[in-house]
Amino acid sequence: MSKDHSDKPGHDREKRPAIRAEALESLLIEKGLLSADRVDEMIAFYNERTGPMNGAKLVARAWCDPDFKARLLADGSAAIAEYNFEGGQVDKLVVVENTDKVHNAVVCTLCSCYPWAVLGLPPRWYKDPAYRSRIVREPRTVLTEMGLDLTDDVEIRIWDSSAEVRYMVLPQQPPSSIGLAEEALARLVTRDSMIGVERLDGT
Amino acid sequence: MDGIHDLGGKHGHGKVARDAGGTPADEPAFHERWEAKVFTMSRVPGAIGVNNNTDRFRHAVERMDPVAYLTHTYYGRWLAGIETLLVEGGIFETEEITRRAIELGGEFHDLVGARPKAHPDPLGEVLAAPSAARDVTRPPRFSVDDRIVTVPDVKPGHTRLPAYARGKPGRIHVCHAAWVYPDTNAHGRGENPQYLYTVEFTGRALWGKEGDPALKVYLDLFEPYLESVSGAE
Repeated sequence: MSKDHSDKPGHDREKRPAIRAEALESLLIEKGLLSADRVDEMIAFYNERTGPMNGAKLVARAWCDPDFKARLLADGSAAIAEYNFEGGQVDKLVVVENTDKVHNAVVCTLCSCYPWAVLGLPPRWYKDPAYRSRIVREPRTVLTEMGLDLTDDVEIRIWDSSAEVRYMVLPQQPPSSIGLAEEALARLVTRDSMIGVERLDGT
Repeated sequence: MDGIHDLGGKHGHGKVARDAGGTPADEPAFHERWEAKVFTMSRVPGAIGVNNNTDRFRHAVERMDPVAYLTHTYYGRWLAGIETLLVEGGIFETEEITRRAIELGGEFHDLVGARPKAHPDPLGEVLAAPSAARDVTRPPRFSVDDRIVTVPDVKPGHTRLPAYARGKPGRIHVCHAAWVYPDTNAHGRGENPQYLYTVEFTGRALWGKEGDPALKVYLDLFEPYLESVSGAE
């Protein structure tokens, strides 16, 4: 009988890649192929300098400025060029608009492609098998489980990022927020609403 | 390839575990330090010349151990891809990494995700361009609103046609420019640019009677994945 290593305290299956990552890192540092300080720079960059706040700025501006909204929906990459977002290059950004009758959501079933430049790094659930397997097949059920009930007459459009095009959802503006300044609006825009698993109007 | 990574439409993966501690908005970029280490190391194969494109990295991930794919989480998958490229590039041997992992508290029988090939694909020629879009002189084969059917073929190597969309009828939604073709680029067989299309599929076309009648799924598919529906081109 083979011993079940997963029973050893502190050595569950999630720890295995952690230990191997340490091993590879230490070997790379010894060979002079990696500098140890790079990790802290990377953590600081992705926690502070980029993230969904970039996408939220675009959404808030689109709500206030119909001309910008038209440009964002017509050619996302061109519309965001002036912002110089640092969080990773997007070959082509496509922004898709939610309406009363159409709801959009984004996925990558083959890996975990995500619009880093406008949303930062993806949340865990976006990369896990449950979301990737089910959202293309039973999106209404998945969205309900995630707290978003859509009536059967709302068309659901799922964007499976199978090449280098990246997708972001333009959520609908909550009616209660009409008249707020752009900066205040940006604070209302959540990451999940721009992936398309949440609506901001409370439905 | 028909790999474990190709998850679209698979049953049995359970509910989406949305909240990994704190409110969704507070989720940190990295949950644990080792994840940030893996993220940082992902730049190394390219920087030291054992990788030259993202397609090759994605393929290194998708041919990893399938059990590890499902259990080692996202950055564990990246780790497997990075280790594969470093071993295939001759920088380390698997045993050397395993010995170090044991010194750091690992065990000999721990499941390793990396699956380096004994005879790796060559590093092909790629342009040092910031984008995957390329100019080609031939015209695109399809136009917006053309009816197409995706090919049923499954090749053993890298491809970006998911299994759930093979052999399915769809409609051309957008015709993009020509882009680097992952199926050859991942294997060092050149950029071989191909036109890319956003193709619309109905829920019923993909999932039969079980499909949501108000569902449309859009995929970005390369021209070689598509055939015209007779009489429609």
